[in-house]
Amino acid sequence: MTLNMGPQHPSTHGVLRVALELDGETVLAAKPIMGYLHTGMEKQAEYKTYTQSIPQTDRMDYLAPMSNNLALVLAAEKLVGITAPARAQAIRVLLCELTRISAHCVWLGTHALDIGAMTVFFYCFREREKVLSIYDHVCGARMTASYIRVGGLAMDLPDGFLDRCQTFVDEMPAHIDEYEKLLTKNPIWLARTQGVAPLTAKQAIGLGATGPTLRGSGVDWDLRKKQPYCDYETYDFDVQLGRSGGDAFDRYQVRIGEMRQSVRIARQAVQRLREMGEHGEYRLRDFKYVLPPKDEVRTSMEALIHHFKIVAHGFFPPVGEAYQAIEAPKGELGFWFVSDGTPRPWRMKVRSPSFINLQSLPTMVEGRLVADVITAIGSLDIVLGEIDR
Amino acid sequence: MTVTNGVTNTLTTERVEERLRERFPDAAFRRQEGEAVRDHTLFVPAARIVEIATFLRDDPELDFAMLSWISGLDLLPATPRFTVVYSVLSLTNNLRFTLKAELADENPAIPTVAGVWPTANWHERETYDFFGITFTGHPDLTRILLPDNWNGWPLRKDSPLGYQEVAFTHNTPGRRKPTPSLTKLKPKKVRYRAQ
Repeated sequence: MTLNMGPQHPSTHGVLRVALELDGETVLAAKPIMGYLHTGMEKQAEYKTYTQSIPQTDRMDYLAPMSNNLALVLAAEKLVGITAPARAQAIRVLLCELTRISAHCVWLGTHALDIGAMTVFFYCFREREKVLSIYDHVCGARMTASYIRVGGLAMDLPDGFLDRCQTFVDEMPAHIDEYEKLLTKNPIWLARTQGVAPLTAKQAIGLGATGPTLRGSGVDWDLRKKQPYCDYETYDFDVQLGRSGGDAFDRYQVRIGEMRQSVRIARQAVQRLREMGEHGEYRLRDFKYVLPPKDEVRTSMEALIHHFKIVAHGFFPPVGEAYQAIEAPKGELGFWFVSDGTPRPWRMKVRSPSFINLQSLPTMVEGRLVADVITAIGSLDIVLGEIDR
Repeated sequence: MTVTNGVTNTLTTERVEERLRERFPDAAFRRQEGEAVRDHTLFVPAARIVEIATFLRDDPELDFAMLSWISGLDLLPATPRFTVVYSVLSLTNNLRFTLKAELADENPAIPTVAGVWPTANWHERETYDFFGITFTGHPDLTRILLPDNWNGWPLRKDSPLGYQEVAFTHNTPGRRKPTPSLTKLKPKKVRYRAQ
């Protein structure tokens, strides 16, 4: 029998369609079909300047806007050959780790809801809301942040921001304990996740899986450790690995562990920002590529010219190519730019982790039960906006 | 040996290129020149991509076990117009390496590497979907993000952005035709009385 799961099924986390070939309750073959949210972001980027593409990225993985902004901006910075000042990097790290916590909260809530644990969903969304309020405080938008810019940030931190982040990172470990109390030793949860949707390390590497999906299979690969960006090498944290063969429970434990590690990194970033000052340098002073501060534009002719040039047609990167990847909540998110020397990229390629991780779904579920497909999709942590782009 | 951001790499991209040249002495390799080409990029002959990919994956020193991504590139009006880009990643050596294969302008085609890295399956489908580049020997070369009955290759440079007709049931071949009664409906003529 052929069963069509989705695209309107709630457990497919958006508009994913899976064509299942069944024998009774056993899955013989699974074929993911997607593209329902395709908006041609790569094509549109060729008609926009680098800065104008930043709001597009918010809509890719809409649960982790800051990480998407950062990946694009770092790729553009690599192409141009500039680096943001240390204080801006610390703010980026702080926001990206808060993003990871909130993205994992949504993952945990919806994954548990799929499997039948409803309470977790409400708990997780309570904490996610706090992160969204922090976004709102720092940039004025709850989901479509567009806060990170080439060479730094759009604006400086508002008053009282660090205190707010401090309160959040102080409270968060107790909340993660709450989630674990509900799930980690819950016999129903264990029965639905342990040994379900396994992926061996060899399969995961062959299928190009990254992020918690790869680490759940026991492969020690975290770009924050291996190919550090934004001074991640100066932060103290541990990489979480799955221990029982890469099943759904392993991926659950990896993500729960990552939330704790993210709290740890965020705490260090807050501490560092307190030492650097709540207000200070947040953007590079290289006015060929970065907007000058508004105060200077009002008083200096030269700054006004730079402002006008960058706003009117964007900055001119050199002719060349650059690929830069970051460890987004879902895995390796990378941007590849080809520049022909004009302010608009000749080609922008997005390596989106959800798209590639989803390819391991058939390997996980073939020969298993229909009910396990839902666990497998949940444990992969996909966002369809990023798959279809 | 190189040190980047406090991480030590024993294998360098120069060594990878050297190994490839040793192993395939008769193949025409060319390193991409350019000041702002930030990643080591090597042009390889398209016909031999499977051999080269298998060597990169299986060689114990290189060990490029993961294919990070594949992308197409349209350089219109240059010739050769199309390029396929492969970014490979070695987890043990913590190293990325980029390969490029140039293709003919008419009916661009290249052998598939889906047999070397299973992940290439969807990457190649995406490249086919956007650029119309055929991957010969691919197990399931169909459109992946666009509808199956879409006309054209949207990421080619001669494909315009905007100004296309919006795809509905009535103007897309292969879709169900609307009922005749609906097509007969015409807007009512409105007469304005002279002042």
